[in-house]
Amino acid sequence: MNTAVVLAAEEAHNPLLPVWSEVILGSIVFLIVLFAVWKFVVPSFEKAYAERTAAIEGGLSAAETKQAEADAKLAELERQLADARHEAARIREEAREQGAQIVADMRAQAQAEATRIVEHGKAQIEAERQQAVTSLRAEVGTLATGLAGRIVGESLDDEARQSRVVERFLAELEASN
Amino acid sequence: MSSAGALIRAESDFHAPGPGSFELPPVVESLGVTKPMLLLVLSAVIVIGFTWLSARKAAVVPGRLQFAGESVYGFVRGLARDNIGSDHFMKFVPYLFSLFLFILVNNYYGIIPFLQFPSFSRIGFVVPLALMSWIVYIGAGMWAHHGPLGYLKHATMPGGIKGPILLLLVPLEFFSNVLVRPVTLSLRLFGNMFAGHLLLILFATGGAALLTSGNLLYGGVGILAFVLGIGVSFLELLVMFLQAYVFTLLSTMYIGEALAEEH
Repeated sequence: MNTAVVLAAEEAHNPLLPVWSEVILGSIVFLIVLFAVWKFVVPSFEKAYAERTAAIEGGLSAAETKQAEADAKLAELERQLADARHEAARIREEAREQGAQIVADMRAQAQAEATRIVEHGKAQIEAERQQAVTSLRAEVGTLATGLAGRIVGESLDDEARQSRVVERFLAELEASN
Repeated sequence: MSSAGALIRAESDFHAPGPGSFELPPVVESLGVTKPMLLLVLSAVIVIGFTWLSARKAAVVPGRLQFAGESVYGFVRGLARDNIGSDHFMKFVPYLFSLFLFILVNNYYGIIPFLQFPSFSRIGFVVPLALMSWIVYIGAGMWAHHGPLGYLKHATMPGGIKGPILLLLVPLEFFSNVLVRPVTLSLRLFGNMFAGHLLLILFATGGAALLTSGNLLYGGVGILAFVLGIGVSFLELLVMFLQAYVFTLLSTMYIGEALAEEH
């Protein structure tokens, strides 16, 4: 039976005493594992870690940059919009003022023109009237004198008298008008 | 063997498991190759295969396998950084990562059907690992403290203590920090695996012997033994992980302490 073999082995070997072949094998096997892990596994894991860190940090900083850019652009646009509004209001105000000014100017101008035309007309009429009166007076005097001389048959040579008669006649004429 | 043991053997041909249960006959007789040896080699294949496959792509967005590998790697890496400090920990991560996975796989052999033998219940496999941890932390200490004497001073003379008390303290510190550590590292791992496996075979073979004894009362106890064996298996699942973790953690702490500027 096995019992005898097992018993013999049990007495032969103390489990606390290492078997040298196992120590040597254990060392070699573990050193192989260590070598493989050191050479191939750890660098690969570290590479993945580094790349991941870089990717995450890169992504974060890119997002931050984008955010900042967007913020700046938004502020810029808002500023531009406010400027444009302000400008528009200014232009509108200016136009309103200018319009009022133009209307006022035109009105004044028209007024002046009208006054001028009226004045001119009046002056012209007056001048023409004066002229007509003067020429009429001289002509009417001559005609009347000649006519009266012919009718009366007497020569009104006397200058002074003739003149007096004409004046009186005209005065009566004007009064009857 | 006691007379009681002899009596049981005489009655049921049952042999209680003992240290002899760990002396497996060679698989290949002429070369003296045993099952634990094959398991150890297989563990190297598993560890290298798993880590290499999971690390191979090194993708920024990891797949499942890479995620699994990175989880274990990140666990050990975090452990190393916490205990060694961010300046030097990367030098030791390959060693600690290999150590952790190597011990973990070999421990879980104890619970995997058909394999069912934790390699580190053979102290011969534990000794090299403890020695390597010893060399690594002593070496780190010598590097950090400018040679063997500098390290010895760092390791044996706690800062701020002067006078004759040092006569007592220096040998004690030397003993505990330099001599005992590899021994305790080995014994802790070996002892846990050895005892755990012994418990499992005791419950399994004992339960089987009781069930087949033909005695109804013994049979009931046999079923109880199986139930307890299942419970112990779950406990072993935890212990197997914990021992891998503790071995790695202690190695890390020893390195961190050896590198530290002051105590």
